[in-house]
Amino acid sequence: MNKSNVVVRFCGDSGDGMQLTGNLFSSLSAILGNEISTLPDFPAEIRAPQGTLGGVSGFQVNLGQGVYTPGDKADVIVAMNSAALKVCALGSKFNKQGAVWTEQDSQFKRDAVIIVDTDSFTPADLQKALYTTDNPFTELGLPETVQIVPVSLTSLTKESLKDSGLDNKAILKSRNMFALGVVCWLFNRPIDKAIHFLEGKFAKKPALIAPNVKVLTDGYNYGTNTALNINTINVEVPDNLQHGTYTSIAGNKATAWGLIAAAQKCGKRLFLGSYPITPATDIMHELAGRKDMGVMVVQAEDEIAGVCTAIGASFAGDLACTSTSGPGLSLKSEAIGLAVMAELPLVVIDVQRGGPSTGLPTKTEQTDLLQAVYGRNGECPAVVVAASSSANCFQYAYEACRLALENMTPVILMTDTYLANGTGLWRLPKLAELPAIQPQGVPAELKGQYSVSLRDANSIRYWATPGMEGYEHRNIGLERDAVKGAISTNPDNHEAMVKARQAKIDQVANHIPALQVQCNAESDTLLVGWGSTEGHLHAAANELNCALAHFNYINPLPKNTAEVLRRYKKVIVCELNNGQFAALLRSKVPGVDFKQYNEIMGQPFTVERIVEHVKTL
Amino acid sequence: MEASQFKSDQYVRFCPGCGDHAILASLTKAMAQIGVPTHETVVISGIGCSSRMPHYLNTYGFNTIHGRGGAIATGVKTSHPELTVWQMTGDGDCLAIGGNHFIHEIRRNVDLNICLFNNRIYGLTKGQYSPTSPKGFVSKSSPFGTVERPFIPAELVMGARGTFFARTLDVDMPTTVDCMVQAQQHKGASVIECLVNCVIFNNGTHSWIADRETRAERSIVLKHGEKMLFGANKDKGLKLDYSTVIPHLVVTTADDPDVLVHDATTEDPTLHRMLALMGQERFTVDGGASEHSDKELPVALGVIRNVEAETYNDAVNQQIEDVRAKSKATTFDELTATLEHWEM
Repeated sequence: MNKSNVVVRFCGDSGDGMQLTGNLFSSLSAILGNEISTLPDFPAEIRAPQGTLGGVSGFQVNLGQGVYTPGDKADVIVAMNSAALKVCALGSKFNKQGAVWTEQDSQFKRDAVIIVDTDSFTPADLQKALYTTDNPFTELGLPETVQIVPVSLTSLTKESLKDSGLDNKAILKSRNMFALGVVCWLFNRPIDKAIHFLEGKFAKKPALIAPNVKVLTDGYNYGTNTALNINTINVEVPDNLQHGTYTSIAGNKATAWGLIAAAQKCGKRLFLGSYPITPATDIMHELAGRKDMGVMVVQAEDEIAGVCTAIGASFAGDLACTSTSGPGLSLKSEAIGLAVMAELPLVVIDVQRGGPSTGLPTKTEQTDLLQAVYGRNGECPAVVVAASSSANCFQYAYEACRLALENMTPVILMTDTYLANGTGLWRLPKLAELPAIQPQGVPAELKGQYSVSLRDANSIRYWATPGMEGYEHRNIGLERDAVKGAISTNPDNHEAMVKARQAKIDQVANHIPALQVQCNAESDTLLVGWGSTEGHLHAAANELNCALAHFNYINPLPKNTAEVLRRYKKVIVCELNNGQFAALLRSKVPGVDFKQYNEIMGQPFTVERIVEHVKTL
Repeated sequence: MEASQFKSDQYVRFCPGCGDHAILASLTKAMAQIGVPTHETVVISGIGCSSRMPHYLNTYGFNTIHGRGGAIATGVKTSHPELTVWQMTGDGDCLAIGGNHFIHEIRRNVDLNICLFNNRIYGLTKGQYSPTSPKGFVSKSSPFGTVERPFIPAELVMGARGTFFARTLDVDMPTTVDCMVQAQQHKGASVIECLVNCVIFNNGTHSWIADRETRAERSIVLKHGEKMLFGANKDKGLKLDYSTVIPHLVVTTADDPDVLVHDATTEDPTLHRMLALMGQERFTVDGGASEHSDKELPVALGVIRNVEAETYNDAVNQQIEDVRAKSKATTFDELTATLEHWEM
């Protein structure tokens, strides 16, 4: 059976290693030439009891060609226990008594293949998963078109490893490799490549290589030998990818690497001041491990100290960054205002999560947009950019650094849980091919005459840093004189300074690319989005045969924004919030009747829902 | 170098008679004595009267936001350890809104010179009680007297495992200059508590020890390696009384063979803490107003604790150097080559 793309969902208990299995399979598929997009779907951080509905952890991957999203619903499900089967079948209704399978709520399609561990169907297991009968399939009301592939994963794994010397607990932990072996068979993945890949993954734990390879191989052979009663699937390989060297990368790692590349490109040291917060912490983890690249990381005492140590490093001349999520962005607001006032380069990364307050720390949302654009005291403009895929987190982190250093301003980079934890195919760039970054400096003739207020022709203030003789100066968070740089409360001066700071951000529009229209540009309907929803909106626009304008630059907006938006009869702003970008566009582009499609469920869009709702608008 | 080289062209706007004028004079004198050039000296401050200090100094300076000077100074010094970094802060900026950063810069032992101007009042916001105001203190925000227990800064520094603590009086410039110079020589977080008079909102808050007539009897200037003697005629000394389960300090005569010799460098902070707390407990209760007896312990001034320990900035930079020296990949292109990758 040939398919252009297939969605696979691995689900099991939090301890079943579903994220690892999913990542291994995704990377393996990518190596074999598929485009990939992944969506890890964890339960809350604290582990629920084993085998219960609350503890089900999922990992979904879409592979093939023309992959824009992790897929709405799965073609193949790997369910490690009966609880996982239930959650997949009922979706958000898994807790509702008497609920049965419906196409709308289910996480898999009507004709899905479901590989399930039937060893997990003991009465005790079924009770933990709140089944009321001893036949889960009937109880869940699965349609007849679903193909169930029952595999005794647990006993087969035990059998496979009975001579391994591993204890029972370690053996049970390897069940995921047996499942992975079966999936590799199902997708005709060459087992030698999978083994090679596994060896690489366990390079630091050599003792685990042999047993994992054995279970994987046994799983693969089980598929081949027992001739499971299903057709294997060939996924098509895209032929339109740019030639090059590729890897698969998660958004947070791509973000960290974008910062590293920018620092090396412009010859500055990368400094990160940060404080642990879900889902941004992996950026700090990655950078803390990159001392080989000369990166300095300060794990600060709180969010405020995270941004303030970065501001100190920026004052002293580094490329300084801080990484956080919504609650942390709130705490950093005052300090970001200081960087606006002091006109210091600073990159603030906001990996958005569900809010307000502590909200939904592990879920995705686009609800910090207006906080990023406006959430500070006073007239306090800063640049805001947003990444729109896990892989292009690299590009926009790099871009955030470029704009900060060249324009002497804080830049807020918006990503979110979906991009941060998801992975995508990434073509490895060479440093030489990345855009130039020319940090603002100070002309030699200003030696002895320097003031913190002096600007160049583009109204960017000159940047002198401690250690430079003859440029000693005092920077401040208080309003300062437009020429001398000293504290000033003069009314005309204040107004002039407010306008100068705004003009500086406005002129950034001259240094960013124009807005491009994707999909059917000739349609009279335009979908509008920003940030992480690009893949879903692109797929939806293709399906609806309409146009898409997707924004990566939020403040300032691309110069042709109004011109593009006014070209269309119907303009629909789709976002994972209550209409924040729509509100921003209404204030910036008057005269357009912006319609809205919004979801605020802590989940990415599904293409199906967008299409369905947009048709009614 | 000359003190005048460190003065900026800004008009000094401290109130006439404010203790900050004296601290500014001591600081420029100390900076000249230290001899680090103006362009390698950075002065960071938060918000408050004391935080105006950077404007009056011809160095690199950054007058930041309330309470965050410690975190910003940490960023400057850690990223650029070759710079000499001073932090100017007050009892509100440092011990209330900035308390978290203060204890952590001390705990990490960042090589900073921290001048904590303690006038026991919020001056810039015109007269509210601060975390060091004595219990019962009447101010605009405590018209019936405060009900709070105040901080003793020294206790906070020692509690955060501080390696350097000194205390000075604004009016005692030689001791202030000496403490500042020693703070610079000390590698690590050096805290100088400057007892400063606020002539407008808390006039005379330190006069019970600062007044010329009583200063010699009510304070002692500690010097490393010297006997702990005080009094107008240096006729009094300090010794430990072992008659209690935990020995305590008592006043004795100068000729007592048990008079202690000050050692600021002992790792164990027990005695430093006892010395730093002298006269402080009574102060937290009545602001020093009550009758003073001859047998009462004097307030310790000078460098009380001065211990060497590894600095955060050195350790952070050393670790990066060590890792880089052992790494095969040190550039971005080398880094990407280490990834599992494939041609397409």
